[in-house]
Amino acid sequence: MQLTLNINNKPETVDVEPETPLLWVLRDNIGLTGTKYGCGIARCGACTIHVDGQPMKACQLPASAAVGKRITTIEGLSADSSHPVQQAWVEIGVPQCGYCQSGQIMSAAALIAKRKNPTLPEIEAAMADNLCRCGTYQRIVQAVRRASEIAQA
Amino acid sequence: MTKQTLSRRSFIQASVAVGGGLMLGFHMPDALAATIGPRTQSTTTAVGTEINAWIVIDKDGTVTLRIPHTEMGQGGITSVALLIAEELNVDWAKIKTEFADANRHLRNNKEYIVMSTHGSQLVRLQHPHLMGAGASARERLKQAAAEAWGVDRSEVEAKLGVLTAGNRTGTYGEFAEAAAKVKLDKEPEIQKDPAKWWLLGKPRQRLDIPNKVNGSAQYAIDTRVPGMVYAAVKASPVPWGTLKRYDFDAIKGRPGVIAAVPIKAVAGKRGQPDLQDAVAVVADTWYRAKTALELMPIEWEFGESAKATTADYYAEGRRLVEQKGLVSGKEDPQAAEIIAASNKVVTATYERPFETHARMEPINATVHVQPDRVDVWAPTQDQSAAILLVADQLGVDPKTVYAHTMFLGGGFGGNGAGGTGVTRQAALISKQIGKPVKVLWPREEDIAQDKQRPLAVAKLTAAIGDDGLPTALFTRGVWFTQDAINQVGGATADYGIYNIPYKIPHRNHERHNAKTHIPSSTHRAPGANQLGFMAEVFVDEMAIAGGWDPLEWRLKMTEGMPDWQLVLKTLKEKSGFRTDLPKGEGMGVAVVESHGTIAAACATVTVSRRGRLNIEKLLVVLDAGRVINPHAATEQCEGSVCWELSHAWTGGLELEGGRFVNTNFDTYNLLRIDQHPHVETIFASSGGTKWGGLGEPSGPPTPPAVANAIYYATGRRIRSTPFRSLDLTWA
Repeated sequence: MQLTLNINNKPETVDVEPETPLLWVLRDNIGLTGTKYGCGIARCGACTIHVDGQPMKACQLPASAAVGKRITTIEGLSADSSHPVQQAWVEIGVPQCGYCQSGQIMSAAALIAKRKNPTLPEIEAAMADNLCRCGTYQRIVQAVRRASEIAQA
Repeated sequence: MTKQTLSRRSFIQASVAVGGGLMLGFHMPDALAATIGPRTQSTTTAVGTEINAWIVIDKDGTVTLRIPHTEMGQGGITSVALLIAEELNVDWAKIKTEFADANRHLRNNKEYIVMSTHGSQLVRLQHPHLMGAGASARERLKQAAAEAWGVDRSEVEAKLGVLTAGNRTGTYGEFAEAAAKVKLDKEPEIQKDPAKWWLLGKPRQRLDIPNKVNGSAQYAIDTRVPGMVYAAVKASPVPWGTLKRYDFDAIKGRPGVIAAVPIKAVAGKRGQPDLQDAVAVVADTWYRAKTALELMPIEWEFGESAKATTADYYAEGRRLVEQKGLVSGKEDPQAAEIIAASNKVVTATYERPFETHARMEPINATVHVQPDRVDVWAPTQDQSAAILLVADQLGVDPKTVYAHTMFLGGGFGGNGAGGTGVTRQAALISKQIGKPVKVLWPREEDIAQDKQRPLAVAKLTAAIGDDGLPTALFTRGVWFTQDAINQVGGATADYGIYNIPYKIPHRNHERHNAKTHIPSSTHRAPGANQLGFMAEVFVDEMAIAGGWDPLEWRLKMTEGMPDWQLVLKTLKEKSGFRTDLPKGEGMGVAVVESHGTIAAACATVTVSRRGRLNIEKLLVVLDAGRVINPHAATEQCEGSVCWELSHAWTGGLELEGGRFVNTNFDTYNLLRIDQHPHVETIFASSGGTKWGGLGEPSGPPTPPAVANAIYYATGRRIRSTPFRSLDLTWA
């Protein structure tokens, strides 16, 4: 079935089964590999993207359900890594292996778009779906706070 | 620790890169994505003259350093670059890096000396030849300038990419071509005195960070090769079961489905992962392959192993700890005699389950078999071994195999040569299908078929003397590991108990290598990760039985060992450790040495009356001798703490019917951000000649420190993990 999706402000037409999770359409059909596969059951957050600005797990979202919506992936968060969350991530040096970080950054970006100065419990609640096996959590908290400062500067 | 003989031969082989100019080598960070992305040729993108295999210098002064090691988040790229740049003396901001060519390493008889990355060895063991590569290039640049200027090399100064002698000056770029042809009579010594380092020892941001915030970092799972097809694989859910039949006809009409490929079990040799009986479905996308695989009827035959449960293993372990095992080191028969005659004996048995690597990047590999060459994109910690593995699988000359180094979405010991069989599967399927194939294991397969951390049981018994200190210690460990491969048998199975530092007059340690059908492998801090917990909880049990404060006990029992005293005294000073907190609050300490580094931890916890555990803080004090990049080293300590808490608190693989039943993140739980304690890292460096590892040692003392803190908070002595399954309530 032909579906046309709005990905990072660009129309993309793909021929897939409508129930195909958006994650695989992004990675294998379109070649946007920044969004990662981690669990396939929406429990690790590695595939977090924005759909109409809301954080969603692409591994559980049928491609057909995203038609007509604004899909943003890590590649489309900014053209030059200039989003406040990306700046803060570089400044603090958050990533280790980096595999989960696209999802972490997308979750954090959605949080600071909604809350100007998130409290620690708010940060923990917003980021609790995103697993990091390297243990970068402490730096993630620090970087979310820094990102909210950058966003308001 | 194994000692390596480092050949310096490769420094002396000067070679000019294809484009002319001097290539001292690494390329990054800007060009990173481009240079390490999937390539069909194993080539360099460095521009300039190669001075030696590591270093390329362009006429404009750009220095490219070639990284022969894996970047799995430990800062490997940055560490290698720092070590070379320290001696080469170039502007850190102008360095580029690229991954070294594993095929070249093989063709040129281990030109990069070592291309595997494990055991927290990169800095501590590889620094002599990496710094040596920088020093050698620098001296050749100086020699080239000296010859051009008619002065002696000793009169030439090399600093930040500029050569100077009197009023003569030139850049490394100008002298690169000449330097590549210089033969030195004698290779220079490296600077071993940290006080004289200009670049090493200061906190540096890692070079791979910019590519990890915008999705451009390429992992093996991101490989895309023209004409590539995808495979999803299901191996026998009970390891070593047999594939009886599968019904490809039931799924072959599904969209995109190309083939089903059966895979026969082959036991791995040392250094090579085994293949399990499995069946792969190949399709034009991975999602189609996976969906079809799930729908395909498959029949297995499991045999006796299908009865095994975690409880059975613990029962077997408890039986074996009562029987004589293999003696580790020198037998001391008096240990048991003293205990038998003592009127004060402490004894306890500990058990810990299988754990899995669960790297965030699920197990995968892409292989393209062509008549004259084979290309491999695998998340491996050992590129040279990956080449040999694929060559062995296909029966081809290793020199025709090109392994492309990719970023790893986590390593943790699981991606070495002895890791999983996925690369062999991909080679086999690509050969059969005649196309490039990406094999990706679904997360459930990744966990069920990983090489697990062995389940372990140990019994420790001590006699306590009149002064409250032990007079004898008798220990027996049981390590469930496969004899066929036994990659984590041997001395590793003793680490954490056998090598405790304490001055106990009589000690005897025995070990059983117990049989299991579960394949196992190294996991971050092998041995010490399971057994360090047992030894260090038992230390608290001994200390308290003898009326000692647990931290004072450790200080007393390591008297005369300056490095241990330094770490423990620093821990005492910085932690404010105390045993008299109100009920529901507790502090606990532990100290374990691994990879040449002594790591002590102090945990601060609260436990509610209803048993809810909150780990407030983990203070880690380490002596690794020296630290070349405190920023990356601190990250590794934080990461190691989180890694071990994930197992000790929330993890624990469960075996039922011979197979693992908690194989995704809804049931095999990793630590989440809201559970993560504040981690503080302090380096108490003894200096001297010590180069300890930093990627692993902070892990092992963490679980016992927490368990010992829980004891003070609740009065409950913790002798097993995960903590989540234990009753921690108190009244």
